[in-house]
Amino acid sequence: MISYQKPSSGAHIGANKTVSQIMWQVVLALMPATAFGLWLFGWPAWHTFLLTVAAALFFEAFCLRLQNKAVKPALMDCSALVTGWLLAMSLPPWSPWWLCVTGSALAIILGKHVYGGLGQNLFNPAMLARVALLISFPVEMTTWPNISPLFFSASPGLVESWHITLSGIAQPDAVTGATTLGYIKTEFSQNHVLSEILQDYSAILNFIGWTRGSLGETSTLLIALGGLWLIKQNIIRWHIPVSLLASVAVLASIFHLSDSEHYVSPFLQLNSGALMLIAFFIATDYVTSPNTPMGQIVFGSGCGVLIFVIRTWGAYPEGAGFAVLLMNSATPLIDYYIKPRIYGRDRKGKPLEIPKA
Amino acid sequence: MYVLSAIVSLTLLGFFLGLLLAIAGKYLKVESSPLVDELEALLPGSQCGQCGYPGCRPAAEALAEGKAPATVCPPGGSALAEQLATMLNLDLNLSDVKEPEALVARVSEDTCTGCTRCFKVCPTDAIVGAPKQIHAVVADACIACKRCVEVCPTECLQMHPIEVTLRNWRWAKPTLVTTEGALC
Amino acid sequence: MLNLFSSKPKIRGGVHAEEHKAETAHQPIVKTFPLPKKLYIPLQQHVGKPAEPLIRVGDTVLKGQLLAYSQGMISAPVHAPSSGLIVDVNDYPAPHPSALPIRMIVLETDGKDQWCETTPVDDPFQLMPEDISLRVGAAGIVGLGGAVFPTAVKLNMGRENRIDTLIINGAECEPYLSCDDRLMQENAEHIIDGVRLMLHGMETQYAVVAIEDNKPAAFQAMHAAASAFANIKVMQIPTRYPMGWDRQLIGYVTGREVPVGSRSSEVGVTIHNIGTAYATHNAIRHGKALVSRVVTVSGGAVGKPMNVEVPIGTLMSEVLAFCEVDTDKTARIIMGGPMMGDSLPHSGVPTVKATSGVLALTAAEIRNTQEQPCIRCASCVTVCPAGLRPLDMANHIRVNQLDSAVDIGLKDCISCGCCSYICPSNIPLVHYFKYAAGEVAARQQAQHKSEQTKKLMEARNARLERIAEQQRLDEEARATAKRERERLQAEQTEVA
Repeated sequence: MISYQKPSSGAHIGANKTVSQIMWQVVLALMPATAFGLWLFGWPAWHTFLLTVAAALFFEAFCLRLQNKAVKPALMDCSALVTGWLLAMSLPPWSPWWLCVTGSALAIILGKHVYGGLGQNLFNPAMLARVALLISFPVEMTTWPNISPLFFSASPGLVESWHITLSGIAQPDAVTGATTLGYIKTEFSQNHVLSEILQDYSAILNFIGWTRGSLGETSTLLIALGGLWLIKQNIIRWHIPVSLLASVAVLASIFHLSDSEHYVSPFLQLNSGALMLIAFFIATDYVTSPNTPMGQIVFGSGCGVLIFVIRTWGAYPEGAGFAVLLMNSATPLIDYYIKPRIYGRDRKGKPLEIPKA
Repeated sequence: MYVLSAIVSLTLLGFFLGLLLAIAGKYLKVESSPLVDELEALLPGSQCGQCGYPGCRPAAEALAEGKAPATVCPPGGSALAEQLATMLNLDLNLSDVKEPEALVARVSEDTCTGCTRCFKVCPTDAIVGAPKQIHAVVADACIACKRCVEVCPTECLQMHPIEVTLRNWRWAKPTLVTTEGALC
Repeated sequence: MLNLFSSKPKIRGGVHAEEHKAETAHQPIVKTFPLPKKLYIPLQQHVGKPAEPLIRVGDTVLKGQLLAYSQGMISAPVHAPSSGLIVDVNDYPAPHPSALPIRMIVLETDGKDQWCETTPVDDPFQLMPEDISLRVGAAGIVGLGGAVFPTAVKLNMGRENRIDTLIINGAECEPYLSCDDRLMQENAEHIIDGVRLMLHGMETQYAVVAIEDNKPAAFQAMHAAASAFANIKVMQIPTRYPMGWDRQLIGYVTGREVPVGSRSSEVGVTIHNIGTAYATHNAIRHGKALVSRVVTVSGGAVGKPMNVEVPIGTLMSEVLAFCEVDTDKTARIIMGGPMMGDSLPHSGVPTVKATSGVLALTAAEIRNTQEQPCIRCASCVTVCPAGLRPLDMANHIRVNQLDSAVDIGLKDCISCGCCSYICPSNIPLVHYFKYAAGEVAARQQAQHKSEQTKKLMEARNARLERIAEQQRLDEEARATAKRERERLQAEQTEVA
């Protein structure tokens, strides 16, 4: 007769899907878009990316240390890696070093550990940092370099890249420009109409990602592919991305059909800015999105509507970060009101009536 | 001029509303606070004094005045603390409230002389017996106040932990297997 | 999404666990288990009151002889699993996660395994329906799926409640277990006969045998056996744990939902297990009491995984030894399936009527226990068949806010284990819920006791006051009497 440990309850077996595996799959799904962005914007983009991720990991370890918690297992769950990664993807590709570090500090310390660490935060840490940076450093956050792929002669070399990262872009006017959304916003303010503004706009190039924008946000194609793969892997569910994209598309279509000179087409809406990254990777963040399918649809369409409203009538050309933060704050409310019906009870929690035969 | 009129009108408004509240407070006042009675009803009522107050009524008064925490009553355990916190609208983290160990008095038959002192002091009549006969404790009625132990001349009355059987066995709270402290 | 449009009934929640059934499902039930020297037969192997022993230490008994009779409305008798001598009636470790002692009859077998006189019935359909339930009750049959509710009581409720459908649960959705599967493959005709007897006993017309579609051989066998009877339908159901949860099955088969706090019979359905139907056949046709059952012995540490028929009361250690368990590799012994079964502190406990499986799992098979913070992935909400929010409940319980946990549905939890299974942070959710349920019950008891105490104290104080009052009155009466006496005396002396 042998003795075993204290009583433990079922289930004794498990699905073998751990937190770190989930995070790694997210990283894997981000890989193509990241690789494309790193190639498209050259060595300075590498600096931005590596600095942001490294700083995120450093601040995570720092916070854990302050709380006297074991650092290694918490770093191994890779949540800080994903946060840093997503933040890096939403920064301008040639960001100065201090922007990257400040961003990571905001994301990890203010966005995550102030609330109590993993699983406790109300707002998506990466988006919190992005919005905080955008408000604090509007110039640096909207300095979009021209496309300058690796190994092209016109692109900055290694030495020049260090210079850009450490002391900023020497001649901004020569190597930077506006994003599509920003350009449209400025032109609208000068009373131009869309048919004039979009003469040089190429739908295909924008779809692939051959355009100015944040480090990892330009390629609609690669981000969507990564997102679809995540859905296929059952890491995220379709409810948030579909409802978010659909609500933007529907609103854009209605307004575009009513006045095609002043409201951009749904295709351009879906194809620009942070929309795809937000839909598949940011809004689907487990911690800050609702628990039920119905709640997720409400959350997703809320995000979509806010994005459209901010983009169309707001002061900022891109409102995705704000939209997500606003809906994050509504998540507890959504979860409170939209919850699954308990078996044998009605929606209000009263036992069902026995049907009369 | 506009500023002055705004200041004057708002001050008057504030004064008037304040007056209204003061009058209402005076005329609609609830006579005696029923809170203490309600709190006392929740407490065990065995006047055991383990809380440091001379009885359940003083403890209830202290609770109502906010002088005692919701966890004031050790025999009540976390169940009572939770009820008190709900009634007093207090925030309560119960994870460090110690559950009282369940005890029950038992008579050792060898040394009981049948002196009847114990059942005279038992507040719940949980001890039965007759003079010169061995007494016995009705376990279900015993509240572990230990008064009988104090008066027993032969130390035959002792408190014992309640035996765990299949009927009262419960799943223990899962203990966190965290890696806290193990810095690396 | 597609579910909305297809006509198939919706299955709520559930998980696809690795099945591990192949190890035992492809070989016949082993019937050569050597008769143990001693059998430990608990007096309570069912829901309800324990049975009352009617034998004494020193009696010799035959196999199938009544050892303890059922007492009360909801109870079941216990019979001798073999012939031999009663050597003890005392407390021994129970097949329970605590292994605390309960009362058991210890039978020393004589090796003859001799049946007592049985009363087979040749044409049971001539019997009164009440007679069927009487015989089923007398044979000690209880729900063999694990609920161990006395079957006779259920048959009676069936007659009283106008049941239109009898569902026979052949889902066997727990991983590893295959005892019902083998029973269906090998004894399909007997099981169908048992189903017909149950229908007769319940005065119900229609029966559905539901079998998960991962058991095609069992389905074929049952389908063939039932083809002669138009009122028994054998159907395949999707493989998805917990398909065998009675409410899930009722919903899938009939489309009805049983309200919280009601019995399934109130919506016109009764559900019985495959093994129970087989035991009913044996009890009515052959007059044999329930004295043995088929147990699945499996798990990574078991050398020869198998389905084996063992007498009730056989120690699990003996069963495990027969199946060549490697004790060094064994990390956990589980009674029942790996999803809902309970771990045992040791294997020195008897197999009982409820024991559908004994598993010896290796460390590699067991769920990781390193608990990590919840990331609110809501997998547990998705898989919960009862529609609960396990993550929120666990959060409340962690800080001992049990009332809030009850408010959001703690009492509707069926402990199926889906949430614990799926949780990527390895949070022992079901353990939290079982703890909380026990704690809530304990608190209610404590509150009841404190009310009781107050009453007792009031009664005592009233009594003491009454006595004091009585004493005062007596004293007064005595004083008056004395005064009277003195007055009389004084008068007398005066007269004198």
